[in-house]
Formats: sequence, structure tokens, C-alpha cells
Amino acid sequence: MFETTSINKKNITQQKLVRIGLGTMTGILILPVALILGTLIYKGAPMISFEFLFTGPTKGMTAGGIFPALLGTVLLVLVALLASVPLGVAAAIYLSEYAPDNWFTRSINLAIINLAGVPSIVHALFGVGAFVIFFGFGTSILAASLTLAIMTLPVVIVATRESLQAVPMSFREACWNMGATRWQTIRRVVLPNAVTGILTGVILEVSRTAGETAPIMFTGAAFFLPLLPQGVLDQTMALSLHLFVVSTQVPNMPEQLPFGVALVLISMVLLMNSLSIALRMYLRGKKKW
Amino acid sequence: MNNTTGSQDAGLAIHTEKLNLWYGTFQALFDVDLKIKQGIITSMIGPSGCGKSTFLRSVNRINERLGYVRITGAIDVMGENIYAPGVELVQVRKQIGMVFQRPNPLPISIRENVLFGHRIHNAATKTSKSEADDIVEGALKTVLLWDKVKDRLDTKATGLSLEEQQKLCIARLLPVKPGVLLMDEPCSALDPKGTEAVEELIWELRGQYTILIVTHNMAQARRASEECIFMLMGKVVEHSDTGKMFVTPENKETSDYIEGRYG
Repeated sequence: MFETTSINKKNITQQKLVRIGLGTMTGILILPVALILGTLIYKGAPMISFEFLFTGPTKGMTAGGIFPALLGTVLLVLVALLASVPLGVAAAIYLSEYAPDNWFTRSINLAIINLAGVPSIVHALFGVGAFVIFFGFGTSILAASLTLAIMTLPVVIVATRESLQAVPMSFREACWNMGATRWQTIRRVVLPNAVTGILTGVILEVSRTAGETAPIMFTGAAFFLPLLPQGVLDQTMALSLHLFVVSTQVPNMPEQLPFGVALVLISMVLLMNSLSIALRMYLRGKKKW
Repeated sequence: MNNTTGSQDAGLAIHTEKLNLWYGTFQALFDVDLKIKQGIITSMIGPSGCGKSTFLRSVNRINERLGYVRITGAIDVMGENIYAPGVELVQVRKQIGMVFQRPNPLPISIRENVLFGHRIHNAATKTSKSEADDIVEGALKTVLLWDKVKDRLDTKATGLSLEEQQKLCIARLLPVKPGVLLMDEPCSALDPKGTEAVEELIWELRGQYTILIVTHNMAQARRASEECIFMLMGKVVEHSDTGKMFVTPENKETSDYIEGRYG
């Protein structure tokens, strides 16, 4: 009664094959990530030193460090965040908590999705037209950061809106029924419970912003600058563009230098992503409902 | 909707005249005329979909959040038309507290849950620590929860048992001194012991608040209310003294429902 029959033998074989097949696919997926990281660490790690991180490039960029580029990336990201986080969070709160469900709201949502799909080079050209020329910021940190901000705005809006909508409706109803206004409800109950998701979105934005090249190369990032930027209207060097430059544009480049730059850049991004995951796990562990 | 029912009877907490309500094209309430007395417990019974929850929800105007709800007729609460143009929703909800089927404490401490209403309605003035302590103690004592939670007021309210959560949800309405408490099947998420405890509490509150309680549980209506309203298909069939309704109902539908022939 419990012996295998020929039919279920076939099923069992099939099941094993499917399992192996799917497992292999997943393995292939991991392979490029492992290869990239492995190569970068193997070839780039010897480059990393205090001097590499905290001094400027010398000898036509074939020696010295990457400090101006590192600082530039941090500045670009910070200014971009200052612009996009308040705007994105405010828009998401409006869309999630106030906006009526009508064609206008739906078209705003559609616009946000489309904004996320616009290629970065198009954002770059928009940045040139709008910030560099029309607003007259010139090629500067401000223009580049605003371009980055617009490009990453959808990430902030979508992440914020999703975390707002994850707050149970019953909390809002409880507040409204005690006579709380919408804003009191949002400030005292909805936002404190949504803050994890919002932070995660912001950090993801940071990691994306840090790695972008196209939007900044016409709007504010420079090939090489002898001086550090003195304000947001100055140009700056940036890690991503620096990587492109040292890998392809400079003759007689020591082989390991670009790997070092790439390793620093990818470490920044991975660090941010891990931070975001850790934060999410920590805060999720704390809340229960 | 600008006219009041005209009567200024001080003994009435809720007075509706010719109240009709539509969800889109579906009419949920038909010419509901009700006079609910102040300071007593009134229960509403009837089969699912008879409009009792809809009625309850129009008394604190929470139905309006759904854009497709339309109302005609008048609802006066404590002599004032709550649908009059100058009426502030915040004040309506402050005066008319609501308890839901599923306890919905906020994910903050027990203490802050009790103080929540007080804080939002007194946002401009600072409440001293001792004043806040008094409010918390008073409200929790009223709902018979003080002895159980007094040593863990700063723990999260969502960690309480369902019965305790429901009591807390009642407690948190009290600091803003509402006149009317609406309860939408307040015990249906609770076990029998919790039900008994919450019913006991509701009975305790009799006299201090006007309580309107929707229930599916006939025994509960009988035990825990003084007057009873029976609704069917969006209409009020009978409204009388609870004891009388359960012993000698006037209508055949009422007696059929009470005896469990449908519903």
C-alpha cells in the first residue's frame, strides 16, 4: 500500500530535476556578484591605505589618493538628500494620507512611476537645461545634486508611501474617532510607525545616488580639479566619474588604481545597503501590533 | 440637512428624524426616527445588514469618510444638529466616543493611550505630570483596569490581552468627557470571560454616559441594556424597554428574530 509505483517514481525524478535546475539558476545569479566583489577585493585591496583615502591624486592622476573624489561624492549625496527627502516625504504623505482617489491623483502616481523609468542620461540633459542654464547655477555641486535629487525622488516617494500604507488603518480610525485631525494623526501615530520604511528608502536612495555617473558628468562633476570645492556653486570631483576617468581616459595608469577606486565606491554602496537592512531588522524587531 | 429635529428635549441624547442613508445607490436606512434617552444603555439588535452599524456610524459622522455616502433627515445629539454647517467634526468626535469591534489601541504605551485624546484636545496647554497621572488613574479605575496595569503603564498597549485592550479603548475616550459612547459589537472579538468583564464594565458606566451598543448577541442585549431597538432591512421595527421587548415583543418580526427564527 505504501510502496512506490512507477508513476510516482517518475514524479520524484521530475521533482529532483526541477530542484537541481532551479538551484543551478540561482547559483548562476550569485556568480557575477561574487566575481565582481572577488576581483575588486583581490586587485583593489592592496591599494587601500590612509594615504589613498585622504590625499589628492598626483602625477596626472596616476598616483596619490582619491580624497577630492570621495569628498565630492559625499557632498553630492548630502545636497541631493537635502533636496529630495523633504520633497519626497511631503509628496508621499500627501498622496497617501490626503489625496482623494481620482484621475488627478492617479496621473500623479503614473508620473512618479514614469519618472523612475527615465534613463539617467535624460535626467542629465534635463539637469543641464534646467539647473545649469535656466536657473544659472552653472556646472556646480548644486546643479548636479538637484539633478540627482530629481532622479531619485521616485525611490523616496514610493518607499515612503508604501511604509505609510503599511500602518494599519485601524490606528488612523482610532485617532480620528477621538477627534484627532488628520495632521495630528499623521504626526503622532502614522509617521512614528512608518519611519523605518522611510529611512530604508532614504538609504537606498543614498546608495543609488553615490554610484550614478551620467547625471553628474555634465552638471557638476569635473575630470580633475586641483582644489577642493569651496561651496555648492563650485564644481567637484566624484568617485563614479573618477573611476571612469582613471579606467579609460588616462594613459600609463597603474593597473591596480582603478580597482582601488571601484572598491571604495562599491564599499560605500554596500555599507549603505547593509545599514538599511540592519536598521530595518532592528526596528521591525521592536514594533509589534 | 440644516434643520434640527425641532425638539429640544433635554432628556434625549440622540434624536433622529426621517434619517435616510444611501451607499451610492443602495439605501441602507429608511426614515429612521429614534429617540434615545440620555444616561441609559440602549442596545441595537437585528440581523446582519439591517443598518444598525450604519446608524451607529452616522451618529459620529464617520460614515462620511466614504465619499459615496449620502444622508437626508436630521440627527440631533444632545439637542444639536451634528450635520449643521457650522459643526466642527473634531468636536463631534470628542463628544461622541466610539468603541470598535476589534480593540484598536495605538501602538504606544498604556499611559499614552489614555492621554492621547486629552493631549490632542489640549494641544495648546501643557499638562503637568501630576495632572496626567490623575487622568490616567481615573480613567483606568473607571474601566476596572487600574489594578491590573498600574505597574506597567509604560509598556506597549498592544501587549495587553484583547479584553484589556478593549477596556483601554473605552478608558481612552473618557478623559475628554464625551456625552455619548457608541459601541460597535464591542465584545465580539473577546472570549466569554472577556465578554463578561466588558459587559460588566459597560453596566458600570450606566448613568454617567449615554451608551448605544450594537450587538449580534441577543443575550448580551438582554443582560446589558435598558432599552432595545430592533432593526430590520434598514428600518426600525421596535424600540422599547429591553425587559418588555424580550418578554412581550409587539411585532411578529421582533419575536421571530428574538426566538432565533432568522438572523
